[in-house]
Order: sequence, then C-alpha cells, then structure tokens
Amino acid sequence: MKARKKIQHPHKSIDRRDFMKWMAVGTSSIASLSVLSSCNSDKINTFFQDHFKELDEEELKEVLERLERQYKEQYNTDIEVSATPPIESVVFGYGLDLSKCIGCRKCVHACVKENNLSRNPEVQYIKVLEMEKDKGVDVLHSNPYYDPEQVPEEGHFYMPVQCQQCRNAPCVKVCPVKATWTEPDGIVVVDYNWCIGCRNCMAACPYGARKFNWADPYLPADEINTDTDYLGNRPKAKGVVEKCTFCIQRVRKGKYPACVEICPTGSRKFGNLLDEQSEIRTIMKNKRVFIFKEELNTQPRFYYFYGT
Amino acid sequence: MHLKEFIIGSIKLVFRGSKIYWAWISILIVLIVLGIASYYNQAAEGLITTSMRDQVSWGFYIGNFTFLVGIAAAAIMLVVPAYIYNMKSLKEIVVLGELLAISSILMCLLFILVDMGHPERFWHMIPFIGKLRLGQSILAWDSVALTFYLILNFVIVSHILFRAFKIKDYSKKYVVPLILLSIPAGIAIHTVTAFLYNGIAARPFWNSAILAPKFLASAFCSGPALMIILFQVLRKNTKLQIEDKAIWKLAELMAYTMFFNLFLTGAEIFKEVYSNTEHRVFTDYLYFGIGEHNKIVPFGWMALIFDVIAFFLFLIPRTRKNFITLNIGAVLIYLGVYIEKGIGLIIPGFTPDVLGEIYEYFPSRTEIFVTMGIFSTGFLIYTLMLKVAVPIILGEFNYKKIS
Repeated sequence: MKARKKIQHPHKSIDRRDFMKWMAVGTSSIASLSVLSSCNSDKINTFFQDHFKELDEEELKEVLERLERQYKEQYNTDIEVSATPPIESVVFGYGLDLSKCIGCRKCVHACVKENNLSRNPEVQYIKVLEMEKDKGVDVLHSNPYYDPEQVPEEGHFYMPVQCQQCRNAPCVKVCPVKATWTEPDGIVVVDYNWCIGCRNCMAACPYGARKFNWADPYLPADEINTDTDYLGNRPKAKGVVEKCTFCIQRVRKGKYPACVEICPTGSRKFGNLLDEQSEIRTIMKNKRVFIFKEELNTQPRFYYFYGT
Repeated sequence: MHLKEFIIGSIKLVFRGSKIYWAWISILIVLIVLGIASYYNQAAEGLITTSMRDQVSWGFYIGNFTFLVGIAAAAIMLVVPAYIYNMKSLKEIVVLGELLAISSILMCLLFILVDMGHPERFWHMIPFIGKLRLGQSILAWDSVALTFYLILNFVIVSHILFRAFKIKDYSKKYVVPLILLSIPAGIAIHTVTAFLYNGIAARPFWNSAILAPKFLASAFCSGPALMIILFQVLRKNTKLQIEDKAIWKLAELMAYTMFFNLFLTGAEIFKEVYSNTEHRVFTDYLYFGIGEHNKIVPFGWMALIFDVIAFFLFLIPRTRKNFITLNIGAVLIYLGVYIEKGIGLIIPGFTPDVLGEIYEYFPSRTEIFVTMGIFSTGFLIYTLMLKVAVPIILGEFNYKKIS
C-alpha cells in the first residue's frame, strides 16, 4: 500500500522527504552544537517523523524500532510494535445483539486490557448505556453509570456503543492534518504520532467514540499487552486522540476483537462483510439489523440487531 | 530605506509614556507572566488542568478564539465607509481598526495553540511541509483564511504607515485593491469559523444555517464597541482628532446590527421551542438548565439582557449621543457578545453530549489564567503598535523627526 502511494506522487513525496531530512539534519546539528544533552536523537526523530502513509519500508522499520526502544525505556518491558497490513478482500463488519446483552461490561474491561488503555485517567473505548424498556432506544434518557448489585436490572436493557467504523466518517472529514483515515479493510485509524490534538474529530463524532489523553496515560508495566500494532494498541502519549480499531492488531491476524471473544452472552458478532458466508452477513440476511443515528448518513459498519 | 530611524524612533516612543501608560503596561506584563506560568503547568500536566473532558472536548479557549475572529472581522466595518466614501474623519481610524484586526488574529492563533494537545506538531498544518487537508476539513480552511487575513492587514497597514513615515502619500494603486480584497476576506474568516461548528451534524445546537449570519451580525456589534471606547481614549490622550459624529455614526450602525443579531437569536429560539424536538435540550440547558445542572444559565440570560439593553441605548438618539450611556452600551455589547460566542455557544453544543450524558463544564483556573495571559498579550501588542502608529498618523513621527 505504501509503495503504491509513492508511485502516485513520486515528486511530491521525494521532495517532502528530502525537506524533512534536511530539516532533521539542520536541527540535530544545532542541537549537538548547543550541547542539548537532554535532546537525544530519538526525540528529534520523533519530532520530525513523517506521516505514517508517507513512510517507505525502511523508514517504517526505523520508526517501529525507535518506538520499541522508547517503550522499553518508559515501561522497562519489551513491547513489540508491528504494522500489519490489511488482508486482501476483507472489510470488517460488526454485529451487536441488543436482545442478548446483559450489560456486564466484560467487553469494556477486556478492551482496556487488550488495547493498553490508560487506567488513570480512565480511557475506555466502549460505553454501555442502560436504557429503560418503556422508552426503547432513547439515548437522551440513558444512563452510562449504572451500578447495581446484579445485571441485568429489571425493566432495563443495554446498548453498548463504540466506534461504528463509518463508511462516511465525520471524524476523518474534519481532521485538518489527515492524522485519521479509513484503511482498506474499513477500519478508521489514527496516526498517534501525527495527531496534533485539536479534538475536532471528537466534536464531529456522533457516537462519542473518540477519546483524548487529557494527561499522561498511566499503564502498569505488568499489565501491558506486549503484542502491539502501530495503528492499534501501542501505548499512547498524552495529548492525542485514540479510538477503537476493532482490535486491528488481532483482526488482521485472523483473531476476533477482544470484546467479541470475552462476551459471555454471545451478543457480539464479527466478520468479513465481503464474504457472504460470514457470520455478520448471515445475521444481516436472516435478522433485522439497524444502524445507530442513521439520519446522520454516517453509514456505519456496525450493526445492531435483535437476535430473538 | 529609513529602517534604522524607524526602529530607533519606535523604541524611543514605546519607552516614553505617562504614569497611566506604565501602570497599564505593568498590569499587562504581570498578567502575561501569570498566563505563561499557568500554561507551563498545563503543558507539563496535560489538558487535564483544564475543565475539558471527553464529553465537553472544546471549551473556553475555543470560545475565546471564536469571539476574537469576530473582532478581527469587524475591522472591515471601519474600512468600508472610510475608503469607499472617502470619509475624512474615518480614514485615520481605519489604521487603528486594522491594527486591532492584527492583534486579534494573533490572539486567535495563540488560543488555538494552547488548545492543542501537541502544539509542537504545529508544523503538520503547514502546506507542503506538513499535510494540511485543504478540501474537506473546515479547520484547515480556517487556518488558511486567518493567515491570509493577517498577512493582508499587515501589508496594508505597514504600507500606509511606512509611507507616512517617509512623509509620502500611500500608493492608491496598491492599497485600494487590497482594501477591497480585505472586505470579502473579513467576511470569509468569520463565515469559515462559523462553518467549523455549523458543519457538524453530530451537534444539533450548532448544525443550523443561521449560525454564519449570526456570527457576522454579532461581530459587527462587538468590534465597533471596542473601537468606540478606544477612540475616546485616543482623542483624550493624543492629538488625534476623532469627531463625535464619527462615533455616533458607528453607534447607529451597531444598533442595526444588534437588532439583526437579536432577531436571529429569536428566530432560533422560536424554532427550538415551538417544534419542541429532542434537539431543544441544548437551548434549555443554556437558558433553564437540566435538572440540577444549571451552571451556565446565568450567562445565557446575561448575554441576552445585555444585548437588549445595549440595543435600546444605541437605538434612541438621546442615549446614543450621551457619552455615559453610550459607553455603558458599548461595554454591555462587548460582554454580551463575548458570552454569546464563547460559553453560550460552545458549552451548550456539547451538553448533553452525543450519548446524552451531562458533564457540567466551567473553565478551570488554568484556563482563566491562560486566557487572561493571551488577552494581555494581545492588548500589549496593540498598545505598542498604537504607540508608534498614532504619532505617524499625526505627522509627529517620521524619518526627519521624533517628537
């Protein structure tokens, strides 16, 4: 994918890269001259790192190695950062059975663990809304902070909300620096090293799916998931926006997202939208699915349905 | 070139002033230092030092930014009559208006910078070097429009002033087309800023076509309000002559724009209340609160009441021509629009959030200090620019003499 990008705009891409290198050389020589001992070359290279899509194979390798070095220093743990490419002719789709979900929030916590999300301040990709059966799906009167002894509560049902991986994603549209885009397999990703933290995408997202790191994320070293992806679950820094990627680090290797795997009621379904035999397509054919906030024309790849 | 004389003379002028001048400068510097200290803390700890959270992800900073874009845009209100109708009394005033626009845009850029999670990645927005997304991102277009407007005003003002410094008339051939260009540019910056909110379908409070016209109407109240006060300060303290008539004319124009602003506000409220859909909840939050959540209700009413009182003060000729009531009106308009475009626009847009949650936002101490710091920086820049520009306009400062 990256090679193709380069062929499309060879001149622009090369000019840009040369310029960046020139800037990097200039700055590093200034830095070394002024004996800025605190500014090591990794920091300088982080600052001048190019956009993910502009990196060629070798540069990408350097970036991933640098990230691993930096994580090692920060967490004193060996973290593997890869950049798994999308699988050909796969577009991921998600199904959520509202009649089965009991609101146990096991998905929320499995997601936090899998994706190395900050424990303090808490960052969670999934928000489970408790709704009153009398009112139906009514977001304005829902409660995300329900905390009873036991779920499900009498007279209530539950609607988990996470990134809907829109085909017509408002977050992608508003980003002023192209730090977020839709991958060929339908996953909306963020380049966490390119995001400037303006939070326009958070204002634009109708699902509250984007989360900002308001402070330095706290992540206990012994709870880190060391198998990470550049566009997915690698540890984040403060000041960037992050979001659900359908566990890109898992699904591109043929595994289910963590939330699908953990769900004790089987409310969560996942599969390839291009494969007619997949579970998600079977559900779309045999059940009645609906999408959330359809009037906004976001065209999600996330389908809610009533299984029974 | 007389650059050396200009620089030396300017430094001399800036360091010469009355006790009041030095008191003013000292206050500004103290506030700037406080602002820098607060920002330093914010940069170290992260934006957690603000009251913004995932539910209300923009707040006071972006509100101030929006308001100041309006002030900058309003500079054209002074430019249009002065140049097109060649009104003598207004011509010198235009320079003051454009300098105000320059300082406002600089403040806008500072507000954007302090709101960013990664201000050091600012270069990602520079075309060709970074990856500015011209096309679909309104924020990208806004940054281009603001930069263009800043450069445009800077070029016009520096040309006029430097020519005067050399005791020459400014070149009509260059200045007039540029000034004509600055009119659509001023309208553009504020329209694009309105579109920043207007285009977001996820936030029904903003997703209304009335937003851009309302932005322009309120900007054409708040900008001149500031100028009315400024003119009085300048004519008292310098030899600059500004006729009462010019000020009253401005006030009369403000009465009309304020009427239009109030009319649009009323139209918006009618739509929400009468149709009574779920989307009414944001307007309710602003004016009545939701349950026990009512932190910004006083501000909602304050803006409305200030605007209405000021409208009548400026409409009635007797109160418009009395400088006490005129100044009260100017202050009320400034505050009214400040609330309307800041807290009154941004916060209800986010409350309740897209999943119905209510997080009550109110600016934190860090946000207030940083904001005061940025305003002081803007006022300081403006004061220093005036300190040099006014003597040039008056012919007291040129390459031959510094009086």
